[in-house]
Amino acid sequence: MMTIEQLNQIRDAGKDLIAVRNAVAEQSAKLEQQTAYRKQVLVCGGTGCTSSGSHKVIAALEKALKKAGLSDVLLVKTGCFGLCALGPILIVYPEGAFYSQVTVQAVERIVKEHLVVGGQVVKELLYQQTVHPDGSILSLKETPFYKKQLRVALRNCGVIAPEKIEEYIAADGYQALARVLREMTPDQVIQTVTDSGLRGRGGGGFPTGKKWSFAKATPGDIKYVCCNADEGDPGAFMDRSILEGDPHCVIEAMAIAGYAIGAHQGYIYIRAEYPIAVQRLAIALKQAREAGLLGKDLFGSGFDFDIEIRLGAGAFVCGEETALMTSIEGHRGEPRPRPPFPAVKGLFGKPTVLNNVETYANIPQIILKGAQWFASMGTATSKGTKVFALGGKITNVGLVEIPMGTTLREIVEEIGGGIPGNKRFKAAQTGGPSGGCIPACHLDTPIDYDNLIALGSMMGSGGLIILDEDTCMVDIAKFYLEFTVDESCGKCTPCRIGTRRLLQFLEKITNGDGEPEDLDKIEELANHMQTSSLCALGQTAPNPVLSTMKYFKDEYIAHIVDKSCPAGVCKSLIRYSIDPALCKGCTKCARGCPVGAIHGQVRQPHTIDPKVCIKCGLCVQNCAFGAVYTS
Amino acid sequence: MEEKSLHPFRGTSAQAEQLQQVIATHRDRPGCLMPVLQEAQEIYGYLPIEVQTMVAQGLSLSLSEVYGVATFYSQFRLLPKGKYRISICLGTACYVKGAAKILQAVEDYLGIKAGECTPDGLFSIESCRCVGACGLAPVMTINDEVYGRLTPDQVPGILERYLGGQKEESAK
Repeated sequence: MMTIEQLNQIRDAGKDLIAVRNAVAEQSAKLEQQTAYRKQVLVCGGTGCTSSGSHKVIAALEKALKKAGLSDVLLVKTGCFGLCALGPILIVYPEGAFYSQVTVQAVERIVKEHLVVGGQVVKELLYQQTVHPDGSILSLKETPFYKKQLRVALRNCGVIAPEKIEEYIAADGYQALARVLREMTPDQVIQTVTDSGLRGRGGGGFPTGKKWSFAKATPGDIKYVCCNADEGDPGAFMDRSILEGDPHCVIEAMAIAGYAIGAHQGYIYIRAEYPIAVQRLAIALKQAREAGLLGKDLFGSGFDFDIEIRLGAGAFVCGEETALMTSIEGHRGEPRPRPPFPAVKGLFGKPTVLNNVETYANIPQIILKGAQWFASMGTATSKGTKVFALGGKITNVGLVEIPMGTTLREIVEEIGGGIPGNKRFKAAQTGGPSGGCIPACHLDTPIDYDNLIALGSMMGSGGLIILDEDTCMVDIAKFYLEFTVDESCGKCTPCRIGTRRLLQFLEKITNGDGEPEDLDKIEELANHMQTSSLCALGQTAPNPVLSTMKYFKDEYIAHIVDKSCPAGVCKSLIRYSIDPALCKGCTKCARGCPVGAIHGQVRQPHTIDPKVCIKCGLCVQNCAFGAVYTS
Repeated sequence: MEEKSLHPFRGTSAQAEQLQQVIATHRDRPGCLMPVLQEAQEIYGYLPIEVQTMVAQGLSLSLSEVYGVATFYSQFRLLPKGKYRISICLGTACYVKGAAKILQAVEDYLGIKAGECTPDGLFSIESCRCVGACGLAPVMTINDEVYGRLTPDQVPGILERYLGGQKEESAK
């Protein structure tokens, strides 16, 4: 068992080390002197950077530091910093120097020129946005990418070493659990969460405190706390990043929830596709048990709590709460009708609280800083912050956390750094396969649960995909429908057959066979699916179609009436041609054409035979003069 | 049943023993079928009907229940996969950045479609939904190696490296 005195002792021993990483440069340098280390090097060990080779960077760094005999430099393997497109990322404190796309060769230079005693920052290897024109360097927090962000759920990601429980404790970890068990009644805990205004971050946005109070009010000796880490929305990866960067905060929050509702066993249901997160979570659970922060009689309160990990096996529908619990029970992950709600009859038929990862990540801070602090951020109905996974046609692909009420324009233009290649913004897709597309005219809408729903989209888990003028909106709706057709579990008819019929309409339209009355039929079918599907998967599956039809009806009309695809994406509707004014007759396209559809004499403009052309696009790639165009 | 004869079951007694151990560790925990199937797939590489039968018997479940679960989740495989498992992410971020062209390039090069395995058992292709490396879109993984920011013309070079490695191995 760990006592509060022991916990405080561990925290005080490490708190300066953590403070260095959170302070601004001058202060940071002062703090650094109070620690045993002259410099700290933080390298991202999250999935994004690992895929770019950060494990090789870490190994090279360990070797180089040893070779140079620099024992006063601390190497910290952290979770995600958020700027995944720039990986592997390496940050050196106290300067806060931000090195991006670091290679093994760069590591040697950084060690030799920067990390040695009296060394200087290697400016040309820095992320160039952190180098001021006057030559001074900015810390990451001063860059446009970070300036408008507010990190609550991600506060420890990219700051602490997730595989070391001491670092989490040094960052005030497990203090909230100690306070709850020592000073608060379960009702007080629930009241605090209710007052904070926290709503579920996984999709529906149900008030978390209310959920907990229902589970507490249901009588029963055995209750469960579950964590939904089955983040299946394509393009969303915030839950993974939290589990990779700060797994203990989820464990602590689940224990708090357990105390509040009277549960002693927790389950974390996580996608098997997230091996690093699973591994970090397993390490964190083991450390928490060894430290006496999970198990029997926590902080001498008599309260017992433990957690088990369950791996998903690749079924999107298991992100739906009743399906998730059916899956933990060892069955096909099919949803069941509600009511009864999980708070009344959940896992193994017992009262259960189920929240998603990001929701839990907010809990310890709410307990420590108070409900008022949390409620002071955000809009009238949506409090706190939201993490978005920014992707698609945007410069700064990565993870951002913003206060609710921030506008889409701020995210796209300031934090996201705009659209690459001088392309025009077309739409932002939120909510994944359950959400919709928000067009440019609504870019100034403050983001919160209710505004997004009013726009025909939804918050969802927080995928935010930016689409530019090259994206065909009918094609993107078709893409999401293909996804839901694949992932529909097949239990209820409106979803199983409805999604397939919707997809057939979209295929018909993109193939050039659409008829004007198809649009009415789509709307009618969508209406039936929304009202009669068993779970949210089927109820929301028409959203991508409905929202694109609402805002981009002209594109549907173009496909149906003019038989053309304005974005030049739908193969059946595009025609490749060669501009005779630009064609030099180099014959490269004709030689590369797999079906011999291009004819012409050397040094004479060539032509494409549309009857033979298979629209593979190879000629566009092959032409050095930009003479091949689509219409 | 024709498929079965293409891939005859070649389980060893050591594998069977391992599986029995897995069953013994899990059988008293509630909802243990999925963890058992996951570990069984680790042992055999896939879940042929023979393995499902052993699991059903070990856990006192009907074979139909085991089969139901094994066919519901996309990660459970009823057929063996290639030595090099190519997985192309068709998640939104990758799709927007041209993942479909990457898949096409791989299919063209190997002469098989997604979900299939080359006749020599060397390569199999599958498409997947978001590996979470959206910053590197479009992304392809071959076994545990990740290839990001891909263009279709890089595909042949990458696959040739595996073919080359294979020749070296057989020369030894």
